Order: sequence, then structure tokens, then C-alpha cells
Amino acid sequence: MNTKRICLVVDDSSAIRRVMAGFFRDLGFDVAEAATGLHAIEYCEWHTPEIIMLDWNMPVMDGISCLRVLRALDMPKRPAVVMCTTESQIAKIQEALAAGADEYIMKPFSRDVLLDKLAQLGLA
Amino acid sequence: MNAADFSYIAALLRERSGLIVTPDKIYLFETRLLPIARKHKIASLDGLIAQMRARKCEALIGEVVDAMTTNETSFFRDRHPFEAMKKTVLPGLIERRAAQKHLRIWSAACSTGQEAYSLAMMLRDDFPALAAWRIEIVGTDISPSVVARAKEGAFSTFEVQRGLPIHSLVKHFEQVGEQWRIKPELRRMVDFRLFNLLGSLAPLGQFDVVLCRNVLIYFDLPTKARVLDAIHRQLARDGALILGGAESVFGISDRYGDVAGLRGVYSPAPAAGRAMALPPLRAAV
Ligand SMILES: C[S@@+](CC[C@H](N)C(=O)[O-])C[C@H]1O[C@@H](n2cnc3c(N)ncnc32)[C@H](O)[C@@H]1O
Repeated sequence: MNTKRICLVVDDSSAIRRVMAGFFRDLGFDVAEAATGLHAIEYCEWHTPEIIMLDWNMPVMDGISCLRVLRALDMPKRPAVVMCTTESQIAKIQEALAAGADEYIMKPFSRDVLLDKLAQLGLA
Repeated sequence: MNAADFSYIAALLRERSGLIVTPDKIYLFETRLLPIARKHKIASLDGLIAQMRARKCEALIGEVVDAMTTNETSFFRDRHPFEAMKKTVLPGLIERRAAQKHLRIWSAACSTGQEAYSLAMMLRDDFPALAAWRIEIVGTDISPSVVARAKEGAFSTFEVQRGLPIHSLVKHFEQVGEQWRIKPELRRMVDFRLFNLLGSLAPLGQFDVVLCRNVLIYFDLPTKARVLDAIHRQLARDGALILGGAESVFGISDRYGDVAGLRGVYSPAPAAGRAMALPPLRAAV
């Protein structure tokens, strides 16, 4: 049985998914990847990640729509959701928080920022 | 740089700001002082030092002292001192100051102001009852450029992503172009001043809490002792001193005692018998 904590990385850029996946694996997470919001939701219908790193602008279904659906899903445990996007307008941040994001990272960011945010969420 | 120039500038910095520069850190002169030389159309570091020595130009010396300071800081830096403030230090003080309804907090060596603003946010968010109190947060630093930035209270996206929870960002900041500006009501809680820790601290008055973090590390032992003793005179007897992660009072000043369970927090009253229990470490440090 796999008891490792899961991190789901949702981003349409494979380069960003790769960097992010490496980062979380180093922290001891199992990493799952999704390239669209829709894939992320399909994944969460069967699995319960501890944390979801969620991009905003993606094809098929964007991050904010995905977040709204995710928060309405019946999951055994509420995953922490960190929006991670180039969107940096305060109105966008407020929109994401209202939709149920726990943290928000504006791209580009450094590894230290990611570590800071995980510490704030009690995950690192 | 020749040995005489090195001794001159090392002595100057030590006298002006307390900064100790060892020969292995000579490269710091190049990275930090060459831009000043260029600005004054001086060709080299040697030329700059020659100018400083010959003309004793205070403005130029001030620029050099400023450039040699390390101003690295962040919001809620290290987290645990702020947890200690929130859970223990402030609740105790609030109880004991219930009659006066007045608290004074000093961010000594405040750099660009993140520490002082973090405290202001914490007081607002976690201690709403203090809205009826007179709260003074004083931030001081020797570097004019960082004090100016602290007063302005405008931070880059990079700076606000270090240590600051996103909810605090949207609650306490306004977005102005590429920058994030602390809201005026929080800005008004903090008073930033240019101030040298090596000077007389008396003009600042008495404080209930002093945060003096990540600055003593740059000083030699006698300077650390001198500053700790001077801070002690400005600290209420039931107040608290908070130092940085790599700093301690032990073996440097015997006027303080630790506070059980709180790393980096010191009481201005030494615990009874501490002097007996801890032999002086002066020789070892
Ligand atoms: C590394 S920063 C620490 C900022 C903040 N306290 C923190 O812990 O994040 C050190 C600051 O100490 C200031 N400093 C250095 N020597 C000083 C002195 N003699 N008097 C006052 N400030 C000094 C520097 O200008 C710099 O901004």
C-alpha cells in the first residue's frame, strides 16, 4: 500500500511540471501531473492529494474553474490548493481566495518562496 | 588593495557601524564599493579610498558605510519569534499594561521595514482589542537608503512572497503598478528613523519589546556586549529582548536571562543563580 503524501501538479507547461515535480519528490511526495483543469478533476475523483499546485491559464479548463469544481467535490480530505500563476492582479488573487485557494504564488518565483508557502501551510 | 588601505577602511567601518570585515571578505569591497567609485567618476577602489583618506569627506564616507551594510530581511522572518510574540510575550504584556494601555516595540536594525510591518500586521490581526491602546512601533537603522525604503513601505512581488501569507498581502497592501504598498493605517503604526546602535540609545526612550535580530552577528564581542548593555537600559524590567537565529546573550552579557521554552527570547532580569550556573564564556568566544 502506498502511504506517501501526494502532490498534484496542474500546469500546461511540461517544463514547469517537471521542475515542480522534482521539487516535491525531493520533499518526499509522490507526484501526479495534469496538463489541464479537467485532468486534475478526473484525478481527484479517484485520489486525494494533500496539496495541489494549480496554474491559472490552461486550455480546456482553466485553474479557477477547476478550483471551483474541486472545492465542490466530495473528497475524504480537503487538499491544500496553491494557485501558481503569472496572474498577479490583486483582484485575481482575491477571486482565487474566494474560490477556496489556500495560498497563491506569483510566477516567476524561487524555491525559497515555495518552501515558505509550504511551511505556512504546515506541509514542510 | 594594499594592507594600509585595508586597515584604514576596516577600522573606519568598525568605528562607524561596528561592522567587522576580515581579510577573507575583501571581495565585498569590490562588489559594494566599485559602484560608488563609478558614480563619483573615480577609476578604482584604490582611488576611492585615497579620496576618502585625503578629503575626509563625510558624505562619501557615509555612502561607503551604507553600502557595506547587509540588508537582507523578510516578512515574518524565521516565523518562530513571531509565534513567541503572539503566544507568550504579547499576551503577558497586555495583561500587565492593562491600566496604561500603552505598548512600545522597537525593531532595532529594521532594514527595509519588513519586521516592523510584520509586527503591525500581527497586532492588528491577532490582538484587535489593542485598537484602543496607544501602540508605538519604532524601526531604526543606520542605513539611510533602507530607512527611506521602509518609510515608503513599497515592496516588490519578490519581497512580498517571502514569508507573507497571501491573506495578509491582500488585506494589508495595495497594488500600485508592479509594487505592493502597505496600507496607510498600518504605515501609521510604525515610526522609522535613522539611528546608529553604537550611539546613545537614550533618546529612543523605554521599550516593552526590543527585536535586535541579525545585526549583532556583524559585530565583534566587545561591541555586542556594549550594544546589549545599552539595550538593557532601554528595556522595561518585565519586557523582552528578541535576537536572531544565530545570536545569543550568553557569554556576552550577564544582564539577561532566557525565557523558558522560547528560543531567542530573553528577559532583562537574569534568572537567579544563573551567574553561578554558567561560567563566563568570554575567553572561549
Ligand atoms: C541583515 S539586516 C537585519 C534586518 C532585520 N532585523 C531582520 O532580522 O530581518 C541588518 C541591518 O542592520 C543594520 N545595521 C548595521 N549596523 C548597524 C548599526 N551600527 N546601527 C544600526 N543599524 C545597523 C544594517 O543597515 C542592516 O539593515
